[in-house]
Amino acid sequence: MRFLNPKVEEKIVFLSLFLSTLVIVAPVILVIGIIVSRGLSVISWQFLTTMPRMGMRAGGIFPAIVGTVYLVGGTLLFALPVGIFSAIYLSEYSKRNWLTRLIELAIVNLAGVPSVVYGLFGLGLFVVFLRLGASILAGSLTLAVMVLPVIITASREALQSVPKSFREVSYSLGATRWQTIRHAVLPHALPGILTGTVLSISRAAGETAPILFTVAAFYLPRLPNSIFDQAMALPYHLYVLSTQVPNVRIELQYGTALVLVGLIVITNLFAAVIRSYFRVRKQW
Amino acid sequence: MVTVTEKIKVKSFSVTFDGEPALKNVNFSVKEKEILGIIGPANSGKTTFLRTLNRLNDLNPRYQHSGELLIDGKDIYQKWDLFELRKKIGMVFALPTPLPISIFDNLAYGPRRHGIGNRRQLREIVERSLKSAFLWDEVKDRLNESAMKLSGGQQQRLCIARTIALEPEVILFDEPCSGLDPISTAKIEEAMQEFKKRYTLVLVTNNTKQAARVSDRVAFFLMGELVEIDQTQKIFTVPKDKRTEGYVSGRYG
Repeated sequence: MRFLNPKVEEKIVFLSLFLSTLVIVAPVILVIGIIVSRGLSVISWQFLTTMPRMGMRAGGIFPAIVGTVYLVGGTLLFALPVGIFSAIYLSEYSKRNWLTRLIELAIVNLAGVPSVVYGLFGLGLFVVFLRLGASILAGSLTLAVMVLPVIITASREALQSVPKSFREVSYSLGATRWQTIRHAVLPHALPGILTGTVLSISRAAGETAPILFTVAAFYLPRLPNSIFDQAMALPYHLYVLSTQVPNVRIELQYGTALVLVGLIVITNLFAAVIRSYFRVRKQW
Repeated sequence: MVTVTEKIKVKSFSVTFDGEPALKNVNFSVKEKEILGIIGPANSGKTTFLRTLNRLNDLNPRYQHSGELLIDGKDIYQKWDLFELRKKIGMVFALPTPLPISIFDNLAYGPRRHGIGNRRQLREIVERSLKSAFLWDEVKDRLNESAMKLSGGQQQRLCIARTIALEPEVILFDEPCSGLDPISTAKIEEAMQEFKKRYTLVLVTNNTKQAARVSDRVAFFLMGELVEIDQTQKIFTVPKDKRTEGYVSGRYG
Protein backbone atom coordinates (compact mmCIF):
# COMPACT_ATOMS: atom_id res chain seq x y z
CA MET A 1 0.00 0.00 0.00
CA ARG A 2 1.29 3.44 -0.89
CA PHE A 3 0.71 6.56 1.11
CA LEU A 4 2.19 8.94 -1.41
CA ASN A 5 2.07 9.50 -5.07
CA PRO A 6 5.60 8.62 -6.30
CA LYS A 7 5.91 12.02 -7.96
CA VAL A 8 5.09 13.85 -4.75
CA GLU A 9 7.49 11.55 -2.93
CA GLU A 10 10.21 12.40 -5.42
CA LYS A 11 9.69 16.13 -4.82
CA ILE A 12 9.76 15.77 -1.05
CA VAL A 13 12.97 13.75 -1.15
CA PHE A 14 14.63 16.19 -3.52
CA LEU A 15 13.63 19.18 -1.41
CA SER A 16 14.87 17.70 1.86
CA LEU A 17 18.18 16.73 0.31
CA PHE A 18 18.60 20.14 -1.30
CA LEU A 19 17.65 22.06 1.86
CA SER A 20 20.08 20.02 3.98
CA THR A 21 22.86 20.94 1.59
CA LEU A 22 21.82 24.59 1.77
CA VAL A 23 21.96 24.49 5.56
CA ILE A 24 25.60 23.41 5.30
CA VAL A 25 26.62 25.93 2.69
CA ALA A 26 24.78 28.98 4.04
CA PRO A 27 26.81 29.45 7.25
CA VAL A 28 30.07 29.14 5.33
CA ILE A 29 29.03 31.83 2.88
CA LEU A 30 27.70 33.97 5.74
CA VAL A 31 30.88 33.71 7.80
CA ILE A 32 33.17 34.41 4.90
CA GLY A 33 30.90 37.22 3.66
CA ILE A 34 30.90 39.00 7.02
CA ILE A 35 34.65 38.60 7.47
CA VAL A 36 35.37 39.93 4.01
CA SER A 37 32.95 42.84 4.20
CA ARG A 38 34.16 44.05 7.59
CA GLY A 39 37.82 43.14 7.31
CA LEU A 40 38.70 44.11 3.78
CA SER A 41 39.02 47.80 4.64
CA VAL A 42 42.09 47.27 6.87
CA ILE A 43 43.90 44.94 4.45
CA SER A 44 46.80 46.81 2.93
CA TRP A 45 50.40 46.11 2.11
CA GLN A 46 51.31 47.90 5.31
CA PHE A 47 48.93 45.76 7.41
CA LEU A 48 50.49 42.61 6.02
CA THR A 49 54.13 43.63 6.30
CA THR A 50 54.62 45.76 9.41
CA MET A 51 54.94 45.07 13.12
CA PRO A 52 52.02 45.66 15.45
CA ARG A 53 52.22 48.90 17.44
CA MET A 54 50.61 50.43 20.52
CA GLY A 55 49.85 47.11 22.21
CA MET A 56 48.44 45.66 18.97
CA ARG A 57 45.90 48.43 18.62
CA ALA A 58 47.61 49.72 15.50
CA GLY A 59 50.15 48.61 12.91
CA GLY A 60 50.28 45.31 11.04
CA ILE A 61 50.30 41.59 11.72
CA PHE A 62 53.55 40.68 9.95
CA PRO A 63 55.10 38.63 12.80
CA ALA A 64 51.91 36.59 13.20
CA ILE A 65 51.90 35.72 9.49
CA VAL A 66 55.57 34.80 9.58
CA GLY A 67 55.05 32.77 12.75
CA THR A 68 52.21 30.80 11.19
CA VAL A 69 54.26 30.14 8.05
CA TYR A 70 57.18 28.90 10.16
CA LEU A 71 54.89 26.66 12.17
CA VAL A 72 53.26 25.19 9.08
CA GLY A 73 56.67 24.61 7.50
CA GLY A 74 58.00 22.96 10.64
CA THR A 75 54.89 20.80 10.94
CA LEU A 76 55.30 19.62 7.36
CA LEU A 77 58.95 18.88 7.90
CA PHE A 78 58.22 16.53 10.81
CA ALA A 79 54.82 15.11 9.91
CA LEU A 80 55.22 14.45 6.19
CA PRO A 81 58.09 11.94 6.19
CA VAL A 82 56.99 10.17 9.36
CA GLY A 83 53.37 10.06 8.20
CA ILE A 84 54.11 8.76 4.72
CA PHE A 85 56.69 6.23 5.92
CA SER A 86 54.39 4.75 8.52
CA ALA A 87 51.52 4.68 6.03
CA ILE A 88 53.77 2.73 3.62
CA TYR A 89 54.73 0.37 6.41
CA LEU A 90 51.14 -0.23 7.47
CA SER A 91 49.81 -0.56 3.94
CA GLU A 92 52.60 -2.45 2.19
CA TYR A 93 54.80 -4.22 4.73
CA SER A 94 52.93 -5.11 7.91
CA LYS A 95 51.07 -8.38 8.19
CA ARG A 96 47.43 -8.25 9.19
CA ASN A 97 47.39 -9.33 12.81
CA TRP A 98 46.14 -8.12 16.17
CA LEU A 99 49.08 -5.75 16.57
CA THR A 100 48.49 -3.89 13.30
CA ARG A 101 44.77 -3.77 14.06
CA LEU A 102 45.60 -2.23 17.42
CA ILE A 103 47.85 0.34 15.74
CA GLU A 104 45.10 1.18 13.25
CA LEU A 105 42.59 1.57 16.05
CA ALA A 106 44.99 3.85 17.89
CA ILE A 107 45.49 6.02 14.80
CA VAL A 108 41.76 6.38 14.21
CA ASN A 109 41.22 7.36 17.84
CA LEU A 110 44.15 9.76 17.87
CA ALA A 111 42.51 11.64 15.03
CA GLY A 112 39.56 12.27 17.33
CA VAL A 113 41.52 13.57 20.33
CA PRO A 114 40.66 17.23 21.07
CA SER A 115 43.38 19.65 20.04
CA VAL A 116 43.71 21.11 23.54
CA VAL A 117 44.83 17.67 24.72
CA TYR A 118 47.57 17.76 22.10
CA GLY A 119 48.50 21.21 23.37
CA LEU A 120 48.91 19.97 26.93
CA PHE A 121 50.76 16.90 25.69
CA GLY A 122 53.15 19.17 23.78
CA LEU A 123 53.64 21.31 26.85
CA GLY A 124 54.48 18.27 28.95
CA LEU A 125 56.71 16.46 26.48
CA PHE A 126 58.41 19.06 24.30
CA VAL A 127 58.34 22.26 26.37
CA VAL A 128 58.99 20.86 29.84
CA PHE A 129 60.43 17.35 29.61
CA LEU A 130 62.63 17.84 26.55
CA ARG A 131 63.35 21.43 27.67
CA LEU A 132 62.67 22.97 24.32
CA GLY A 133 60.78 25.76 26.07
CA ALA A 134 57.97 27.62 24.36
CA SER A 135 59.48 27.67 20.88
CA ILE A 136 58.75 27.24 17.19
CA LEU A 137 60.34 23.79 17.46
CA ALA A 138 58.04 22.69 20.28
CA GLY A 139 54.99 24.18 18.54
CA SER A 140 55.78 22.52 15.20
CA LEU A 141 56.35 19.16 16.89
CA THR A 142 53.04 19.45 18.74
CA LEU A 143 51.16 20.33 15.58
CA ALA A 144 52.94 17.51 13.74
CA VAL A 145 51.82 14.98 16.36
CA MET A 146 48.29 16.31 15.96
CA VAL A 147 48.13 16.01 12.16
CA LEU A 148 50.02 12.69 11.92
CA PRO A 149 46.93 10.46 12.27
CA VAL A 150 45.18 12.38 9.51
CA ILE A 151 48.19 12.18 7.19
CA ILE A 152 48.66 8.47 7.89
CA THR A 153 44.99 7.68 7.28
CA ALA A 154 44.84 9.69 4.04
CA SER A 155 48.11 8.20 2.78
CA ARG A 156 47.06 4.65 3.58
CA GLU A 157 43.81 5.11 1.71
CA ALA A 158 45.70 6.55 -1.25
CA LEU A 159 48.13 3.62 -1.23
CA GLN A 160 45.37 1.06 -0.96
CA SER A 161 43.43 2.59 -3.84
CA VAL A 162 46.31 1.70 -6.18
CA PRO A 163 45.13 -1.46 -7.97
CA LYS A 164 46.59 -4.75 -6.77
CA SER A 165 47.44 -5.62 -10.37
CA PHE A 166 50.13 -2.88 -10.45
CA ARG A 167 51.94 -4.64 -7.63
CA GLU A 168 51.54 -8.07 -9.24
CA VAL A 169 52.88 -6.78 -12.56
CA SER A 170 55.87 -5.27 -10.83
CA TYR A 171 56.62 -8.41 -8.82
CA SER A 172 56.16 -10.62 -11.86
CA LEU A 173 58.83 -8.55 -13.62
CA GLY A 174 61.24 -9.45 -10.84
CA ALA A 175 61.11 -6.19 -8.91
CA THR A 176 61.82 -6.21 -5.19
CA ARG A 177 59.27 -5.03 -2.66
CA TRP A 178 60.81 -1.58 -2.31
CA GLN A 179 61.19 -1.20 -6.10
CA THR A 180 57.54 -2.12 -6.46
CA ILE A 181 56.45 0.43 -3.88
CA ARG A 182 58.77 3.10 -5.23
CA HIS A 183 57.97 2.69 -8.94
CA ALA A 184 54.59 0.97 -9.26
CA VAL A 185 52.64 2.14 -6.20
CA LEU A 186 53.91 5.42 -4.79
CA PRO A 187 53.75 7.51 -8.00
CA HIS A 188 50.09 6.62 -8.38
CA ALA A 189 49.26 7.22 -4.72
CA LEU A 190 51.07 10.55 -4.50
CA PRO A 191 48.15 12.81 -5.55
CA GLY A 192 45.97 11.32 -2.82
CA ILE A 193 48.76 11.58 -0.28
CA LEU A 194 49.43 15.21 -1.18
CA THR A 195 45.78 16.19 -1.03
CA GLY A 196 45.33 14.63 2.39
CA THR A 197 48.51 16.23 3.64
CA VAL A 198 47.67 19.71 2.42
CA LEU A 199 44.20 19.54 3.97
CA SER A 200 45.61 18.44 7.31
CA ILE A 201 48.23 21.18 7.17
CA SER A 202 45.60 23.83 6.62
CA ARG A 203 43.86 22.53 9.71
CA ALA A 204 47.11 22.84 11.65
CA ALA A 205 47.52 26.44 10.47
CA GLY A 206 44.21 27.42 12.02
CA GLU A 207 44.54 25.64 15.37
CA THR A 208 44.94 27.68 18.54
CA ALA A 209 44.95 25.20 21.39
CA PRO A 210 48.07 23.20 20.44
CA ILE A 211 50.19 26.34 20.08
CA LEU A 212 48.77 28.10 23.11
CA PHE A 213 51.23 26.57 25.59
CA THR A 214 53.98 25.53 23.23
CA VAL A 215 54.98 28.50 21.11
CA ALA A 216 52.54 31.38 20.87
CA ALA A 217 53.70 34.76 22.08
CA PHE A 218 51.13 37.25 23.35
CA TYR A 219 52.81 40.32 21.93
CA LEU A 220 56.20 40.10 20.25
CA PRO A 221 56.67 42.91 17.75
CA ARG A 222 59.75 41.37 16.10
CA LEU A 223 60.52 38.34 14.00
CA PRO A 224 61.70 35.14 15.73
CA ASN A 225 65.49 34.76 15.80
CA SER A 226 65.70 30.95 15.69
CA ILE A 227 63.58 27.83 15.97
CA PHE A 228 64.08 28.03 19.73
CA ASP A 229 62.39 31.42 19.83
CA GLN A 230 58.76 32.10 20.63
CA ALA A 231 56.61 33.46 17.83
CA MET A 232 53.26 35.09 17.28
CA ALA A 233 50.76 33.13 15.20
CA LEU A 234 47.59 34.19 13.41
CA PRO A 235 44.97 32.13 15.25
CA TYR A 236 46.33 33.02 18.67
CA HIS A 237 46.77 36.66 17.66
CA LEU A 238 43.13 36.74 16.61
CA TYR A 239 42.08 35.27 19.93
CA VAL A 240 44.15 37.85 21.80
CA LEU A 241 42.82 40.76 19.74
CA SER A 242 39.24 39.66 20.26
CA THR A 243 39.28 38.89 23.97
CA GLN A 244 42.44 40.00 25.75
CA VAL A 245 43.12 43.56 24.57
CA PRO A 246 40.61 46.30 25.34
CA ASN A 247 39.74 49.02 22.83
CA VAL A 248 40.91 47.30 19.64
CA ARG A 249 39.26 48.49 16.45
CA ILE A 250 36.84 45.81 15.35
CA GLU A 251 38.17 46.10 11.78
CA LEU A 252 41.60 44.91 12.94
CA GLN A 253 40.05 41.72 14.28
CA TYR A 254 38.13 41.09 11.09
CA GLY A 255 41.20 41.90 9.01
CA THR A 256 43.25 39.34 10.94
CA ALA A 257 40.50 36.75 10.57
CA LEU A 258 40.38 37.49 6.85
CA VAL A 259 44.11 36.87 6.46
CA LEU A 260 43.87 33.59 8.37
CA VAL A 261 40.82 32.37 6.46
CA GLY A 262 42.42 33.53 3.21
CA LEU A 263 45.57 31.51 3.90
CA ILE A 264 43.53 28.39 4.65
CA VAL A 265 41.28 28.82 1.62
CA ILE A 266 44.35 29.22 -0.61
CA THR A 267 45.88 26.02 0.82
CA ASN A 268 42.66 24.11 0.33
CA LEU A 269 42.32 25.42 -3.21
CA PHE A 270 45.84 24.21 -3.84
CA ALA A 271 44.78 20.72 -2.69
CA ALA A 272 41.74 20.84 -4.96
CA VAL A 273 43.91 21.83 -7.91
CA ILE A 274 46.31 18.94 -7.29
CA ARG A 275 43.42 16.55 -7.08
CA SER A 276 41.64 17.67 -10.23
CA TYR A 277 44.91 17.83 -12.17
CA PHE A 278 45.68 14.21 -11.37
CA ARG A 279 42.11 13.03 -11.74
CA VAL A 280 42.27 14.00 -15.40
CA ARG A 281 45.43 11.96 -15.86
CA LYS A 282 44.34 9.00 -13.77
CA GLN A 283 42.92 6.42 -16.10
CA TRP A 284 42.36 3.15 -14.32
CA MET B 1 66.25 -36.62 -32.98
CA VAL B 2 66.71 -33.66 -30.72
CA THR B 3 67.00 -34.48 -27.07
CA VAL B 4 64.31 -32.67 -25.15
CA THR B 5 65.09 -31.57 -21.63
CA GLU B 6 62.63 -31.02 -18.85
CA LYS B 7 62.32 -27.29 -18.15
CA ILE B 8 59.84 -27.57 -15.31
CA LYS B 9 59.37 -30.61 -13.12
CA VAL B 10 56.51 -30.93 -10.64
CA LYS B 11 56.89 -33.59 -7.95
CA SER B 12 53.95 -34.50 -5.67
CA PHE B 13 53.08 -30.85 -5.42
CA SER B 14 50.10 -29.74 -3.34
CA VAL B 15 48.76 -26.31 -2.49
CA THR B 16 46.30 -25.20 0.16
CA PHE B 17 44.73 -21.82 0.91
CA ASP B 18 43.80 -21.63 4.59
CA GLY B 19 43.81 -25.42 4.61
CA GLU B 20 41.47 -25.65 1.61
CA PRO B 21 43.20 -27.78 -1.02
CA ALA B 22 43.72 -26.08 -4.39
CA LEU B 23 46.22 -28.49 -5.95
CA LYS B 24 46.38 -32.14 -4.91
CA ASN B 25 49.56 -34.15 -5.35
CA VAL B 26 50.34 -33.08 -8.90
CA ASN B 27 53.14 -34.75 -10.88
CA PHE B 28 54.21 -33.82 -14.40
CA SER B 29 56.82 -31.94 -16.33
CA VAL B 30 57.03 -29.28 -19.00
CA LYS B 31 59.56 -29.78 -21.78
CA GLU B 32 61.91 -27.10 -22.98
CA LYS B 33 60.48 -24.96 -25.81
CA GLU B 34 57.09 -26.56 -25.95
CA ILE B 35 53.70 -24.97 -25.49
CA LEU B 36 51.84 -26.70 -22.70
CA GLY B 37 48.15 -25.87 -22.61
CA ILE B 38 46.37 -26.22 -19.28
CA ILE B 39 42.62 -26.60 -19.45
CA GLY B 40 39.96 -27.26 -16.86
CA PRO B 41 36.84 -25.70 -15.37
CA ALA B 42 36.79 -22.93 -12.76
CA ASN B 43 38.49 -23.82 -9.45
CA SER B 44 40.46 -26.62 -11.06
CA GLY B 45 43.79 -25.19 -9.88
CA LYS B 46 45.11 -24.04 -13.28
CA THR B 47 45.77 -20.46 -12.28
CA THR B 48 47.01 -21.48 -8.85
CA PHE B 49 49.59 -23.66 -10.53
CA LEU B 50 50.64 -20.87 -12.87
CA ARG B 51 50.99 -18.35 -10.06
CA THR B 52 53.05 -20.84 -8.10
CA LEU B 53 55.61 -21.12 -10.90
CA ASN B 54 56.80 -17.53 -10.47
CA ARG B 55 55.98 -17.55 -6.76
CA LEU B 56 53.35 -14.86 -7.08
CA ASN B 57 51.24 -16.92 -4.68
CA ASP B 58 53.77 -16.07 -1.99
CA LEU B 59 52.02 -12.69 -1.74
CA ASN B 60 48.93 -14.44 -0.41
CA PRO B 61 49.41 -15.10 3.32
CA ARG B 62 46.92 -17.97 3.21
CA TYR B 63 49.02 -19.90 0.68
CA GLN B 64 50.85 -23.08 1.71
CA HIS B 65 52.48 -25.76 -0.37
CA SER B 66 54.15 -29.13 -0.10
CA GLY B 67 56.16 -31.17 -2.57
CA GLU B 68 58.79 -29.99 -5.00
CA LEU B 69 58.75 -27.71 -8.00
CA LEU B 70 61.95 -27.68 -10.04
CA ILE B 71 62.92 -25.30 -12.79
CA ASP B 72 66.14 -26.23 -14.60
CA GLY B 73 66.46 -28.95 -11.96
CA LYS B 74 66.57 -26.44 -9.11
CA ASP B 75 63.83 -26.17 -6.48
CA ILE B 76 62.13 -22.79 -6.84
CA TYR B 77 61.75 -22.39 -3.09
CA GLN B 78 65.18 -23.65 -2.04
CA LYS B 79 67.69 -22.94 -4.77
CA TRP B 80 66.34 -20.02 -6.81
CA ASP B 81 66.79 -16.38 -5.92
CA LEU B 82 63.22 -15.05 -5.88
CA PHE B 83 63.88 -12.02 -8.09
CA GLU B 84 66.05 -13.94 -10.54
CA LEU B 85 63.28 -16.55 -10.77
CA ARG B 86 60.62 -13.96 -11.58
CA LYS B 87 62.89 -12.40 -14.17
CA LYS B 88 63.37 -15.76 -15.87
CA ILE B 89 59.70 -16.75 -15.58
CA GLY B 90 57.60 -14.08 -17.26
CA MET B 91 53.87 -13.77 -16.74
CA VAL B 92 51.03 -12.39 -18.83
CA PHE B 93 47.79 -11.86 -16.90
CA ALA B 94 44.20 -12.51 -17.90
CA LEU B 95 43.27 -8.86 -18.17
CA PRO B 96 45.71 -6.49 -19.87
CA THR B 97 47.66 -4.81 -17.10
CA PRO B 98 49.55 -1.86 -18.53
CA LEU B 99 50.86 0.51 -15.89
CA PRO B 100 49.46 4.04 -16.33
CA ILE B 101 52.75 5.34 -17.67
CA SER B 102 54.11 5.70 -21.20
CA ILE B 103 54.49 2.78 -23.59
CA PHE B 104 58.25 3.19 -23.41
CA ASP B 105 58.31 3.23 -19.61
CA ASN B 106 56.10 0.13 -19.47
CA LEU B 107 58.56 -1.76 -21.63
CA ALA B 108 61.56 -0.40 -19.74
CA TYR B 109 60.06 -1.17 -16.32
CA GLY B 110 61.60 -4.63 -15.97
CA PRO B 111 65.05 -3.86 -17.42
CA ARG B 112 65.33 -0.70 -15.29
CA ARG B 113 64.60 -2.65 -12.10
CA HIS B 114 67.37 -5.03 -13.06
CA GLY B 115 69.91 -2.28 -13.43
CA ILE B 116 69.78 -1.17 -17.06
CA GLY B 117 69.75 2.63 -17.06
CA ASN B 118 71.41 3.44 -20.36
CA ARG B 119 68.87 5.18 -22.59
CA ARG B 120 70.21 3.77 -25.87
CA GLN B 121 70.30 0.24 -24.52
CA LEU B 122 66.73 0.63 -23.26
CA ARG B 123 65.59 1.89 -26.67
CA GLU B 124 67.04 -1.23 -28.30
CA ILE B 125 65.31 -3.50 -25.81
CA VAL B 126 62.00 -1.67 -26.24
CA GLU B 127 62.16 -1.90 -30.02
CA ARG B 128 63.17 -5.55 -30.06
CA SER B 129 60.47 -6.59 -27.59
CA LEU B 130 57.73 -4.64 -29.34
CA LYS B 131 58.73 -6.23 -32.64
CA SER B 132 58.59 -9.71 -31.11
CA ALA B 133 55.06 -9.03 -29.88
CA PHE B 134 54.02 -7.68 -33.31
CA LEU B 135 53.23 -4.28 -31.84
CA TRP B 136 56.15 -2.14 -33.04
CA ASP B 137 54.55 -0.89 -36.26
CA GLU B 138 51.43 0.24 -34.43
CA VAL B 139 53.15 2.21 -31.68
CA LYS B 140 56.63 3.20 -32.92
CA ASP B 141 55.59 6.84 -33.41
CA ARG B 142 53.98 7.24 -30.01
CA LEU B 143 56.21 5.51 -27.52
CA ASN B 144 55.86 8.42 -25.12
CA GLU B 145 52.07 8.29 -25.04
CA SER B 146 50.26 6.64 -22.16
CA ALA B 147 49.87 2.90 -22.54
CA MET B 148 46.29 3.32 -21.34
CA LYS B 149 45.38 4.84 -24.72
CA LEU B 150 45.99 1.54 -26.53
CA SER B 151 43.15 -0.85 -27.37
CA GLY B 152 42.66 -3.97 -25.26
CA GLY B 153 44.42 -6.22 -27.77
CA GLN B 154 47.33 -3.79 -28.10
CA GLN B 155 47.57 -3.53 -24.32
CA GLN B 156 47.81 -7.29 -24.03
CA ARG B 157 50.56 -7.42 -26.66
CA LEU B 158 52.29 -4.60 -24.75
CA CYS B 159 52.20 -6.79 -21.64
CA ILE B 160 53.68 -9.66 -23.63
CA ALA B 161 56.40 -7.38 -24.97
CA ARG B 162 57.06 -6.13 -21.44
CA THR B 163 57.62 -9.71 -20.33
CA ILE B 164 59.91 -10.43 -23.26
CA ALA B 165 61.97 -7.32 -22.52
CA LEU B 166 63.51 -9.27 -19.64
CA GLU B 167 64.54 -12.12 -21.95
CA PRO B 168 62.82 -14.78 -19.86
CA GLU B 169 63.12 -18.52 -20.43
CA VAL B 170 59.55 -19.41 -19.58
CA ILE B 171 56.43 -17.36 -20.25
CA LEU B 172 53.24 -18.06 -18.33
CA PHE B 173 49.99 -17.03 -19.97
CA ASP B 174 46.94 -16.83 -17.70
CA GLU B 175 43.95 -16.83 -20.07
CA PRO B 176 45.63 -14.09 -22.09
CA CYS B 177 42.84 -13.76 -24.62
CA SER B 178 39.81 -13.97 -22.34
CA GLY B 179 38.85 -10.34 -22.90
CA LEU B 180 39.94 -9.98 -26.52
CA ASP B 181 38.27 -10.04 -29.91
CA PRO B 182 39.07 -12.87 -32.40
CA ILE B 183 41.53 -10.78 -34.44
CA SER B 184 43.55 -9.75 -31.39
CA THR B 185 43.41 -13.36 -30.23
CA ALA B 186 44.77 -14.57 -33.56
CA LYS B 187 47.66 -12.08 -33.35
CA ILE B 188 48.60 -13.32 -29.91
CA GLU B 189 48.35 -16.97 -30.94
CA GLU B 190 50.56 -16.19 -33.92
CA ALA B 191 53.10 -14.58 -31.61
CA MET B 192 53.07 -17.67 -29.40
CA GLN B 193 54.15 -19.87 -32.30
CA GLU B 194 57.13 -17.57 -32.77
CA PHE B 195 57.95 -17.55 -29.07
CA LYS B 196 58.06 -21.34 -29.03
CA LYS B 197 61.35 -21.17 -30.90
CA ARG B 198 62.94 -19.31 -28.01
CA TYR B 199 60.88 -19.87 -24.88
CA THR B 200 58.98 -22.51 -22.98
CA LEU B 201 55.32 -21.51 -22.79
CA VAL B 202 52.62 -22.51 -20.34
CA LEU B 203 49.16 -21.43 -21.43
CA VAL B 204 46.19 -21.57 -19.07
CA THR B 205 43.00 -21.17 -21.04
CA ASN B 206 39.28 -21.57 -20.62
CA ASN B 207 38.97 -21.89 -24.34
CA THR B 208 39.55 -25.55 -25.21
CA LYS B 209 39.67 -24.69 -28.91
CA GLN B 210 42.54 -22.33 -28.24
CA ALA B 211 44.40 -25.06 -26.37
CA ALA B 212 43.81 -27.37 -29.34
CA ARG B 213 45.05 -24.76 -31.84
CA VAL B 214 48.14 -23.59 -29.98
CA SER B 215 49.57 -26.25 -27.67
CA ASP B 216 51.92 -29.13 -28.26
CA ARG B 217 50.67 -30.92 -25.22
CA VAL B 218 47.64 -30.37 -23.03
CA ALA B 219 47.08 -30.98 -19.33
CA PHE B 220 43.57 -31.29 -17.98
CA PHE B 221 43.01 -30.19 -14.38
CA LEU B 222 39.88 -30.90 -12.37
CA MET B 223 39.22 -29.96 -8.73
CA GLY B 224 42.93 -29.52 -8.06
CA GLU B 225 43.95 -32.80 -9.62
CA LEU B 226 45.86 -33.40 -12.80
CA VAL B 227 43.54 -35.79 -14.62
CA GLU B 228 45.54 -36.30 -17.77
CA ILE B 229 48.45 -34.87 -19.72
CA ASP B 230 49.29 -35.90 -23.27
CA GLN B 231 49.88 -34.80 -26.84
CA THR B 232 47.24 -32.27 -27.86
CA GLN B 233 45.87 -34.51 -30.54
CA LYS B 234 45.46 -37.46 -28.20
CA ILE B 235 43.70 -35.35 -25.56
CA PHE B 236 41.18 -34.16 -28.10
CA THR B 237 40.68 -37.41 -29.99
CA VAL B 238 41.47 -40.39 -27.79
CA PRO B 239 41.61 -39.19 -24.15
CA LYS B 240 42.34 -41.94 -21.65
CA ASP B 241 40.11 -40.56 -18.92
CA LYS B 242 36.34 -40.28 -19.21
CA ARG B 243 36.37 -36.93 -17.41
CA THR B 244 38.75 -35.47 -20.00
CA GLU B 245 36.55 -36.72 -22.77
CA GLY B 246 33.52 -35.17 -21.12
CA TYR B 247 35.25 -31.81 -20.71
CA VAL B 248 36.78 -31.47 -24.17
CA SER B 249 33.57 -32.51 -25.85
CA GLY B 250 31.81 -29.79 -23.87
CA ARG B 251 29.62 -32.05 -21.80
CA TYR B 252 30.55 -30.43 -18.50
CA GLY B 253 32.70 -27.81 -16.87
